[in-house]
Parts: sequence; C-alpha cells; structure tokens
Amino acid sequence: MSNSNTAAAHAEEHHVLPDGLFILVWVGLVVLTGITVAGSVFFPGQVGIAVAIIVTPIKATLILMYFMHLKYEKPGFVIMFLVAVGILSVFMGLTFFDYLLR
Amino acid sequence: MSHEASSTMDQPHGHVVHVDPEGGKTSMWLFLFTELLLFGGLFLIYGVYRHMYEPAFHHAAAELNKVMGVTNTLVLLTSSLTMVLSVNSLQRNQPKRSMNFLVITLLLSAVFLVIKFFEWSAKYHHGIFPGTEHLHAMEHGEGLFFNLYFMMTGLHGIHVVIGMIVMLVVLAKIRSGAVNVNSNGILEYTGLYWHLVDLIWIFLLPLFYLTT
Repeated sequence: MSNSNTAAAHAEEHHVLPDGLFILVWVGLVVLTGITVAGSVFFPGQVGIAVAIIVTPIKATLILMYFMHLKYEKPGFVIMFLVAVGILSVFMGLTFFDYLLR
Repeated sequence: MSHEASSTMDQPHGHVVHVDPEGGKTSMWLFLFTELLLFGGLFLIYGVYRHMYEPAFHHAAAELNKVMGVTNTLVLLTSSLTMVLSVNSLQRNQPKRSMNFLVITLLLSAVFLVIKFFEWSAKYHHGIFPGTEHLHAMEHGEGLFFNLYFMMTGLHGIHVVIGMIVMLVVLAKIRSGAVNVNSNGILEYTGLYWHLVDLIWIFLLPLFYLTT
C-alpha cells in the first residue's frame, strides 16, 4: 500500500530553520577565521599554532552542528560521527605515540 | 525532525518513488566517514613529517600566499552558507530560490578553483611542482611539505570539481521538478558533501598557510 505525503504535511514534518540562524553561524565562522589568521600573523610560533589548534575544532563544530544539521538530527548521527572521529584519533594517537618516543 | 518514515511518493510525470530520508541520510554520512578517514590519513602523514622536519616545514610554508589561502577559506565558508540556504529554500517549497542559491554556490566554487589555479601556476613557474628538478633538489623537509601541499590541496580540489558536477546535475533536477519539496534528499546530501569539503579546507588552511 502506498501513501503519498502532501507538500504541506512534509513541510510540517521538516520544521525548516530560519535563514537568519545560518547567516549568524556564517558570521561566527568568519570571525573565528579572522581570529585564527590574526593569531598566526601577530603571534607567530607556538601561540599562533595554539590558537589554530583551539579555534579550528570550534569552526568544525559549528559547521557540523548547524550547516550539517547534526544538532537537529537524532542523537544516533552524532554518535556515529564521534565513532568515526574516535577511530581516526586512535590511528593518529597511536602513530604519534610511536613517533614522539623515538 | 522526528518523523522520517520511509514512504512512497507520487512524483510529477506519474512516477512513484520510494523515499527513505533517514536511510538516505545515514548512507550519506557513512560515505562522509570514509572521506574523513581518507583525508585524515593524509593529515596524519603531514603530522608525522612535520614533527620530523619542523624547521623545514616552517620555512617552506612561507612560500605560500596567505591572502589567497584565507580568501579561499572565506569563499568556501560562504558557499556553505548559500548551500544551506538552497536546501532550506527547497524544503520551504521555493524551488526557484533554491536554484538561485545553488547557482551562487557553484559560482563561489568556481572562484575557489580559479584562485587555486593562480596559486598553483605561480608555484609551477618557480619550478615548485611535483616531479620538477627544483623540488627534488630542495632540502628533504621542504620537498615533503610541497609534495604534501600539492597532494592534499589537489585531492581537495578534485572533490570541489566533483561537488560542482553533482550540483549541476541536482540543479537540472530541481528545474525539471524531479527534486522538489517532497523529495529533496539528493539536495540535502549534496549539501552534506559540500560542507565536508569546506570542513576539510578549514583544516588545510592552518596546516599549510598559517604555519609560519
């Protein structure tokens, strides 16, 4: 048995978020990019690198949560993503565990 | 976003299509995880070689144009925004607006590739390109940096081109009505792919351009 959804019903199910929210996220991303660049230009060396290491994951989180909609999906999607990142972290962590102690 | 049951939808032209939003989305995310591991592996290589050749990497990074790198970052970030706005528009049953935003996304992607072209050709004219004598004669660490640069931004660039091709196909499908408010998964998944491309670049930027 097939059932067809009307456009109205589908739009209801979707709860489309306002454009303004995403524009705000974009502004945040641009500002964070500015901070990263300023950090590396005005504080080259360890400080600049530290700024990048801290700020870049924040930018990534904004993109994942809002642009890629993870904040509004079932928690299962976030868990899946964290598992993938976890696997990658294990690869990187164990590799460096070796290299850093050589 | 709690009800995403699969169902059959009546499409224009009388076709009945099985739509499974949650299954489709999960599948797309699984593919994105493979992409994460692909680029993650390359980042790992970068990390190890940087650890081994720290000063050489710093020195080589100075040759890259920060302005172009940052501009490209802003271009991609904006293209991600226009992509989201395209998806949103279609979900609000505004296909024309959706197509407009998709076209803007395509234009921004093209701008990205043009800037990349200028970057690469500048390097090429200085003899810095995979396979050149000059690159081979460089200090080992510097050579590694540039090979990694071309490899990773090149692979990323290929992903941009693929994304653009997919966007063109989806654009045509929105125009024909095949992709619409009731069946917009393809556009949404294209968006997810595009955001990942943006995400990868966000990590490439500090590694290659902001290292000095």
